[in-house]
Amino acid sequence: MNVRTDIIKPPKQDIFQSGKFRSIVVQSIVMFLVVAFLGWIVSNTATNMKANGISHGFGFLSETSMFDIGYLPFIDHTAAHTYINAFFVGLLNTILVAVLGIFLATIIGFLVGVGRLSDNWLVSRFCGFYIEALRNIPLLLQIFFWYHAVLRILPRAKNSINFNDHFLLNLKGLFLSRPVPENGFNYLLLAGLFSIIVIIIIYLWSKKRQNLTGKQFPILYFSLAILIIPFVIISFIYNFPITLEQPVLKGFNFKGGIRLIPELVALLLALSLYTAAFIAENVRSGILAISKGQKEAASAVGLTQGQILRLIIIPQAMRVIIPPLTSQYLNLTKNSSLAVAIAYPDLVHVFAGTALMQTGQAVEILFMTMSVYLSLSLTISLLMNWYNSVMALKDR
Amino acid sequence: MKLSNVLRLFTSILILSFGTSAIADTLSDTQARGHVRCGVSQGLPGFSNPDADGNWVGIDVDVCRAVAAAIFGKGGDEKVEYFPVSAKERFTKLTAGEYDILSRNTTWTLSRDAKIGLTFNGVNFYDGQGFMVPKALGVTSALELDGASVCVNTGTTTELNLADYFRANGMSYEPVVFEKADEVIAAYDSGRCDVHTTDKSGLAAQRTKLAQPDEHMVLGETISKEPLGPVTREGDEPWSDIVFWVLNALITWDELGLAGGDAVKSIVGDTSSTPEVKRILGVEGDTGGHLGLEKDWAYWALFEVGNYGEMYERHVGANTPLALARAGSPNAGWKDGGLLYAPPIR
Amino acid sequence: MEKKQIIEKRKPPIASIGTIGWIKGNLFSTWYNSLFTLLGIYILYSIIPPIVQWGIIDAVWSGEDRTVCEWYDENKVKYRAGACWLYIKVWFNFFSYGFYPDAEQWRVNLTFIILAISIALFFIPNFKKKHYIGIFLFVGYPIIAFFLLSGNETLGLHHIPTHKWGGAFLTLLLGGIGIVFALPLGIVLALGRRSQLPVVRALCIMFIEFWRGIPLITVLFFASVMFPLFVPQGVDIDTLLRCIVGLTIFGGAYMAEVVRGGLQALPKGQYEAAQAVGLGYWRMMGLIIMPQALRIVIPGIVNTFIGLFKDTTLVAIISLMDLLLAVFTSQANPDWMGFPFEGYIFIAMCYWIFCFSLSRYSLRVENKLMVAHQR
Repeated sequence: MNVRTDIIKPPKQDIFQSGKFRSIVVQSIVMFLVVAFLGWIVSNTATNMKANGISHGFGFLSETSMFDIGYLPFIDHTAAHTYINAFFVGLLNTILVAVLGIFLATIIGFLVGVGRLSDNWLVSRFCGFYIEALRNIPLLLQIFFWYHAVLRILPRAKNSINFNDHFLLNLKGLFLSRPVPENGFNYLLLAGLFSIIVIIIIYLWSKKRQNLTGKQFPILYFSLAILIIPFVIISFIYNFPITLEQPVLKGFNFKGGIRLIPELVALLLALSLYTAAFIAENVRSGILAISKGQKEAASAVGLTQGQILRLIIIPQAMRVIIPPLTSQYLNLTKNSSLAVAIAYPDLVHVFAGTALMQTGQAVEILFMTMSVYLSLSLTISLLMNWYNSVMALKDR
Repeated sequence: MKLSNVLRLFTSILILSFGTSAIADTLSDTQARGHVRCGVSQGLPGFSNPDADGNWVGIDVDVCRAVAAAIFGKGGDEKVEYFPVSAKERFTKLTAGEYDILSRNTTWTLSRDAKIGLTFNGVNFYDGQGFMVPKALGVTSALELDGASVCVNTGTTTELNLADYFRANGMSYEPVVFEKADEVIAAYDSGRCDVHTTDKSGLAAQRTKLAQPDEHMVLGETISKEPLGPVTREGDEPWSDIVFWVLNALITWDELGLAGGDAVKSIVGDTSSTPEVKRILGVEGDTGGHLGLEKDWAYWALFEVGNYGEMYERHVGANTPLALARAGSPNAGWKDGGLLYAPPIR
Repeated sequence: MEKKQIIEKRKPPIASIGTIGWIKGNLFSTWYNSLFTLLGIYILYSIIPPIVQWGIIDAVWSGEDRTVCEWYDENKVKYRAGACWLYIKVWFNFFSYGFYPDAEQWRVNLTFIILAISIALFFIPNFKKKHYIGIFLFVGYPIIAFFLLSGNETLGLHHIPTHKWGGAFLTLLLGGIGIVFALPLGIVLALGRRSQLPVVRALCIMFIEFWRGIPLITVLFFASVMFPLFVPQGVDIDTLLRCIVGLTIFGGAYMAEVVRGGLQALPKGQYEAAQAVGLGYWRMMGLIIMPQALRIVIPGIVNTFIGLFKDTTLVAIISLMDLLLAVFTSQANPDWMGFPFEGYIFIAMCYWIFCFSLSRYSLRVENKLMVAHQR
């Protein structure tokens, strides 16, 4: 067979016309422009800093900070500590408010979201009102509202709102009793650890059994029993090894106990109530996204209302809810920087505020602050992506 | 510290300096623009505060007005644009060139002078930090404040002095740090803090803003030296010189006992004036030429603004709400036992 | 034979229809629902009457100064009426325009009237030249607005420096600029992120994720503290402008993600069809893809805009006199101190009305799109 191969020749391509060449040229130009722009900015910055006598470098981090910080739940800071210490204090305070905020916002958000779908007309209206009212008002205003308007009408320390001396509320904050471990507390810890291990083993065993035989095992009641019984026994033996340290008014302030300063309380209230309004909407649309057939099928096989919600609706709704939930968590964390508007000593307030002021090194400090938020955002994204992949539909 | 070394290396790579800057010439920029740009506080009665008609008034404002009058001559004191700034932003905005004089009750300290790229040009008010407490607390001395919550403004020397004082006396305290003076006052008034601390002049001014001023008292202790004065950018000596000498001209007029306004008009033609007065008026010699200004620069500063004493009495003196008597205070002239002492203008 | 008799129609039992039936079905269907309902009624009862009493019945609407809202008797005991709406009335001009001179405020009004008319024209269903209005809004209008607001001596308009701009006017301006500039930036970034060119794609991803990863307040600090260092000496950028640049970049990064969602939602066939008829990249995007993609994401764009609008309050932290800071400034005035609730309610209402109506609009578009989609 004679095959002619010379008929179809690829058309001669001009190298300048080829897509590959063009893409390389375009990309090189873009790259060049970006680098030139960054270079221009860096050179301007350097010139300006030099001309204005602004010092640079990160040496200031190991210098003494000279200022005090008002709220130190984790690590100590005095004027004798360094700037890097102040940085960590601010960072921990930011993380504290973010974690507590996420926790509260999730609970409130789920309650309101489910309430919005309640068959009780009044409850559903209440939740609808909550959502529409809170998410259409700027967060900063809400923070100011809680801090300047609500928490400022609390009584002074002497006339605190007092519940049983374990819970005191006044202008200087919320004071709670603190559990203090006593002799024998270690045994309690050990017992708790042991109980958890036993529960995990039982859980794995029962799951296996259910897969093999279909028989269910009342895990919940057993787990509760395993947790509580050793606890009660040890408590009796050691005469309850936890005491509560009460806050006591000494001089100007309360001493002892756990203290939440009003700035933290206001920030937490505002952040969690605001974010909860958004989470509630996500939860609602997540539940609505589950087709009615699922519910009907579940009740057809005889599951109770509670079981339908727990075993059928929630696991499926979670797949829809998690991605927007992630971005709400991210928003909450970033919004916690509004602490700077009231006097809560978070990272922005302490480091990008006071420290920036004292050192004048704006470039380094803002660079560090932004990096922290970027890493926090990244961490939350990664965690939630991992959780999402756990919850995701498992395709065979 | 290892971390900081790595980071320092990073910035050195980041900041490659190419070329040097042209020397900024603030005076000719100002003359071309037609007005002086002046950073002032967001509202501190007696120092810089908008009055009911929206005009800025106060002892800090007068320094800017005097500089403008020295540059632009008659009616020049009106040629000022005011930029109200917070304590936190004041230096960055000055070094960034947003305004050319910072006259905002700013304390002269070594680190600010040497580290941040600022030049301090004399002192227009000698102040000191004090404490204000509600009378109901029953406190009579600052040494009884152990454990108190203290409201303070951020980004000020006040915050640092406070730390020093409590540390030196072995006392603990809870700082509650706000951005704005108004927030500090509101927090103190509501009872969030037991103590309010700032410069004593500021305490006097802010006490008038409290719901019941009579229920509060300023404690006797003065815990710091706070020389307040106008600030300029480092690296523009001619401009800094103008600000320095205009301020000192006002003090000199006070030493000479010459009042501003119409009072000074009659002296200009008076041939019997002392050589010193003639020299400063610009009738003899040319002190203005050395500063790049007209001969009669100091005359117009005095004419439009008045001498230091007039300035003081107008805004913070005994007949104002602040009621800070000048006699016996550091702000009296050196002949009266005060600290004001202008170098000779010649 | 059985006689067929039509049974008379019977009404449904009274307990399952009408008001009673509704109440039974919606409020007292189960024991815990009844409990919730009773609790809710109690909460309403304990909240609403005092609010009405304070906000309307006892409120002060007119007068000269604060003595009509709050007064002392001879024993220095403080008396207080309900809400002091007089305070809002007295300061209303300041809340609206900030320090913008009274004599020049017509310029601000004119700027917003032009905007209102063009937007109204844009939404008239049968108006044909919509794209001209669109182009005007995004290109011509900002220039006109700039000259009107800032002033130009040759046009006979006094120059009003930006630090005198303030109040609700500044808030609307920041929000408006946010949308006018952030949307185009977002489109460009979204296209870049879906580009075939790896370098462009990587740069866009980095840019978008960087700005989305940091809080707005650090962006504003960055704008107010670091921008001046970035430009050559002697160049001096207005504070407001710096702030606008910061807001635009921040909003643009979020817009980019919204637009990208729209681009991804379009079926591949649209791209292929466009290429098949021989359209190049830009014409394909401009004529086929973007119009469709943007239409699907209108709700997302509006929601991002609402977010950005609410976030403009943060400029108060860097001392720009927006509505929030204007109200705060008024409260620092010794003559009018002590009415924080009135101030908060006023700001909250302003934002709420604006954001709520926008969000309703976006919901309507969304539902309309959904119907169109299902057809």
